[in-house]
Amino acid sequence: MSRIIVDDSYCKGCGLCVTVCPRDVMELDQETLTSKGYHPARLTDQSRCTGCALCAQICPDVAITVFKESKGEVKADAE
Amino acid sequence: MSTPTATPTKTVAELEAHADEQVVFQRPETLTSANFSYCPGCTHGVVNRLMAEAIDELDIKGRTIGVVPVGCSVTAYDFFDLDMAQAAHGRASAVATGIKRANPDSIVFAYQGDGDLASIGTAETVHAATRGENITVIFINNAIYGMTGGQMAPTSLPGQVTQTSPYGRDTKTMGFPIRVCEMLATLDGPALVQRVSVDSPKNIRQAKAAIKKAFSYQMDGVGYSIIEVISSCPTNWGLSPVAALDWLRENMLPYYPLGVFKDAGAAPAEAETEASHE
Ligand SMILES: Cc1ncc(C[n+]2csc(CCOP(=O)(O)OP(=O)(O)O)c2C)c(N)n1
Ligand code: SF4
Ligand code: SF4
Ligand code: SF4
Ligand SMILES: [Mg+2]
Repeated sequence: MSRIIVDDSYCKGCGLCVTVCPRDVMELDQETLTSKGYHPARLTDQSRCTGCALCAQICPDVAITVFKESKGEVKADAE
Repeated sequence: MSTPTATPTKTVAELEAHADEQVVFQRPETLTSANFSYCPGCTHGVVNRLMAEAIDELDIKGRTIGVVPVGCSVTAYDFFDLDMAQAAHGRASAVATGIKRANPDSIVFAYQGDGDLASIGTAETVHAATRGENITVIFINNAIYGMTGGQMAPTSLPGQVTQTSPYGRDTKTMGFPIRVCEMLATLDGPALVQRVSVDSPKNIRQAKAAIKKAFSYQMDGVGYSIIEVISSCPTNWGLSPVAALDWLRENMLPYYPLGVFKDAGAAPAEAETEASHE
């Protein structure tokens, strides 16, 4: 399974990642406040994440790390 | 029990990866661990990351020197794990010129906003370009003075409401926006003049390729490059980060067409077709 990690110490809750996720599995977590006072982004359904990294490409605060399930050859840059 | 020196050290993300996983995206090495001081959703951050990735991939971290000016990027010396210099407002291209000429083996970039590069620093910008200085200029066009609270910039659009054009930019009294790439492309000095945008993953990929090309031209001694990046300023545009990118697409991209305006390294036919793409 592919997955992402959002580092709450960087995330400023801008929501850009939410708008570009093709699987619609990102949301701003309204239950959590980061130490900087933002609602951070989180992955809602790991089983649907493809590891495409589009969320990470648009994140202005470089808060997202993307892990992709290695099935043979994995492309480093998401198309 | 010495480990072979060639073994690359693992990054934090790589250590966290499960056995059946591969890290496909992580913070580039050329960024420090510092938080960007930019507002939420500000695309300055995207561009800083792309520059760091390009520097990593070209393996020039050890010899790259950055020059940042006055503007929201004023604290960028904290974000890049590089030697950095701070220039007075508008003077980054002149400072970069001096650093490059004194240290010709280093790779030198100037990172400048539109108020900095196209207003107070117009003379330094045009003359560095026409001299064909072998430097890389990354130009953030967000159509506003961000740092000082949203005054009109030379690049603000006709009709755009800013703190100093509260009824919208009236071209009769305030003139027209400067299209920096089109203007500099008339000069013989520049090697690469290109405008990109960072509003979508697709455009971000193209922006990365342009930035990397600009650095590689400097490495190969091809000459002066400027990459203009159409960017957002959610705070001073008074929009959410998501709405700001919509506004950018609807208003800035029609006025500032993306494309390659000059490319000394391209085959003649290729340069022509790319410039005419509008
Ligand atoms: C000599 C001088 N004049 C004016 C200023 C005030 N000032 C600070 S930043 C700025 C404009 C910044 O706008 P821009 O270059 O577009 O950068 P942004 O913040 O939008 O990224 C101005 C006019 C200054 N610091 N120094
Ligand atoms: S990696 Fe792709 S699918 Fe997974 S959360 Fe990010 S954008 Fe969505
Ligand atoms: S794009 Fe980055 S900073 Fe913005 S909400 Fe998503 S993870 Fe947080
Ligand atoms: S004021 Fe504008 S340009 Fe400056 S950091 Fe905030 S959003 Fe970015
Ligand atoms: Mg600006």
